[in-house]
Amino acid sequence: MPAHPAGQPGHDLDLLRVDQQLSSDEALVRDTVRAFTAERVMPHIADWFEAGTLPRELAPELGKLGLLGMHLTGYGCAGMGPVAYGVACRELEAADSGLRSLVSVQGSLAMFPIWKYGSPEQKDEWLPRMAAGEAIGCFGLTEPDHGSDPSSMATRAVRNGSDWLLSGSKMWITNGSVADIAVVWAQTQEGIRGFLVPRGARGFTSRAIHKKMSLRASITAELHFDDVKLPAGAMLPGVVGLKGPLSCLTEARFGIIWGVTGAARACLDAAVDYARTREQFGKPIGGFQLTQGKLAWMLADLSRAQLIALHLGRLKEAGELTPEQVSLGKMSNVRAAIEIARQARTILGANGITLEYPVIRHANNLESVLTYEGTEEIHALTLGQVLTGIPAYR
Amino acid sequence: MNIVVCVKQVPDTWAERTLRPEDSRLDRASVDGVINELDEYAIEEGLRLAEAHEGEVTILTMGPDKASESIRKALSMGADKAVHVIDDGLAGSDALQTSAVLAQVLGRIGFDLVILGAESTDARMGVMAAMLAERLGVPQVSLASKVEVDGTALRIHRQRDYGYDKVEASLPAVISVVEKINEPRYPSFKGIMAAKKKPVETVTLADTGLDAGQVGLAAAATEVVSFANRPPRQAGTVVKDEGDGGTKAAEFLAGQKFI
Repeated sequence: MPAHPAGQPGHDLDLLRVDQQLSSDEALVRDTVRAFTAERVMPHIADWFEAGTLPRELAPELGKLGLLGMHLTGYGCAGMGPVAYGVACRELEAADSGLRSLVSVQGSLAMFPIWKYGSPEQKDEWLPRMAAGEAIGCFGLTEPDHGSDPSSMATRAVRNGSDWLLSGSKMWITNGSVADIAVVWAQTQEGIRGFLVPRGARGFTSRAIHKKMSLRASITAELHFDDVKLPAGAMLPGVVGLKGPLSCLTEARFGIIWGVTGAARACLDAAVDYARTREQFGKPIGGFQLTQGKLAWMLADLSRAQLIALHLGRLKEAGELTPEQVSLGKMSNVRAAIEIARQARTILGANGITLEYPVIRHANNLESVLTYEGTEEIHALTLGQVLTGIPAYR
Repeated sequence: MNIVVCVKQVPDTWAERTLRPEDSRLDRASVDGVINELDEYAIEEGLRLAEAHEGEVTILTMGPDKASESIRKALSMGADKAVHVIDDGLAGSDALQTSAVLAQVLGRIGFDLVILGAESTDARMGVMAAMLAERLGVPQVSLASKVEVDGTALRIHRQRDYGYDKVEASLPAVISVVEKINEPRYPSFKGIMAAKKKPVETVTLADTGLDAGQVGLAAAATEVVSFANRPPRQAGTVVKDEGDGGTKAAEFLAGQKFI
């Protein structure tokens, strides 16, 4: 552990003292994840991003800390509250959205459905290994031709005696080509159901997606299922219908609401630092009014996003958080974060486009975050329906 | 094996630290408190020894209410229980008085091994291990970069400029450790959850059996007579290389007694 765990900013980015609302456990989670990323991630992240990789060896280290499925109980999971989970996502994403994506997908999209809808055998087989980071999971919902409209998915599972035959394709699947277990959602005669497909199942192939300009420090893949024969025990028995995958996404989106405030904070931190030291026309550019105006709005937008995250966290703690509230948080916080990242880039000038500084990496990552886990547009429609009572999806 | 690790909460080493003009004491209230860095190595060594020898690790801290955060972190790293000595009458105690308090508590709770960081980042006196060993009448084994326990035999490597000395003693003993000894673990999230249920005993001045007149700022044997702020950093020396850059650099280093 480094001398000081936090790597804390030298200037005050928490003017509203949002973090004073954290319990001592939550603050300890924050400090621990910060210390971990400062030591294990920050020295390498620019290289990983450039190389388009995230080392598989990180997973067991994340597991040892307790980050994987940290909000679940039993099976080797820590059983922490939603705010602790949110703070962890924030500190991971302050390093890189790709790292947070790995943890989000593992905990909220792969472990959560097994934990919530799985059979005792499925839980015993997978959850302890996934919590430890020995097994990686992925979540197959999106398809090449079905993104925002998952209910019209083409992937199908049909009964074949007591077995199932699974066919179809999934696209943009985080961790897809490195996963030991895929949670795959498919149409059945009974409605949409989840299936656990282990790596190596005959007819199951995956291919990594290259040439991404965003979330480069994250593995993204397409999955193909060609009459994959699965035993009856591969089906998640606890849920039928789209509410299964959507409940997982609500969990993961909650983490994003927190996570993006970390990316935004890192960008503002870099921008303030740069504005104080970069000199033009004989003085620091932070002394110019246009720069100060930018920084002031970035701080205001960041503060608002942090308050939304904390408020939704406390609502979730009380069991009162609704999907509509999550939509508001996801839409609003990701938008705030990407604007902060882009504004930070302007302050860093040409240096802002290099990987020597974190802002272009965060700005590019946030392009993906804006779209995945419910596009900004779909969340806007959710809120439009809340206000008008009129669904405008089609 | 009954291991006690003494932990001090110190002001965040990254923060601006100041002395209070009214009593020349460190202003602890305005800065975040963290576990003294070397004490994290002491905790780690305690945990490793306990794991290897089926021991138990107790954290011993003297400090205000805020120090409970540091106790919580130590318990989250894996220590079994803690004793928190907390009393307004102890405020301003110097090293001699602090050692008297800690020795009283150590005498009561018992120990095979007491482990401390070699010094704190705030006062940096580096005397606590020696004072405790003297008061408790047990060997002091200082500046350990490696520790081995075999029955009641204790063997350490003592870090020196030229390498290390091998030092042996027998338990019970007091050890101080240097940062070379290990790599402290992070508190795991399960550890953080488990720490909530671990016992923390609160000890007051009266519980220690010491008299209120013996401790605290007024009765301290040492006194900060005056202090001055560190002078601002001087501009560096620029040496221009005119073919003799290496010689000049060597002369500079020799002048600073680095070589």
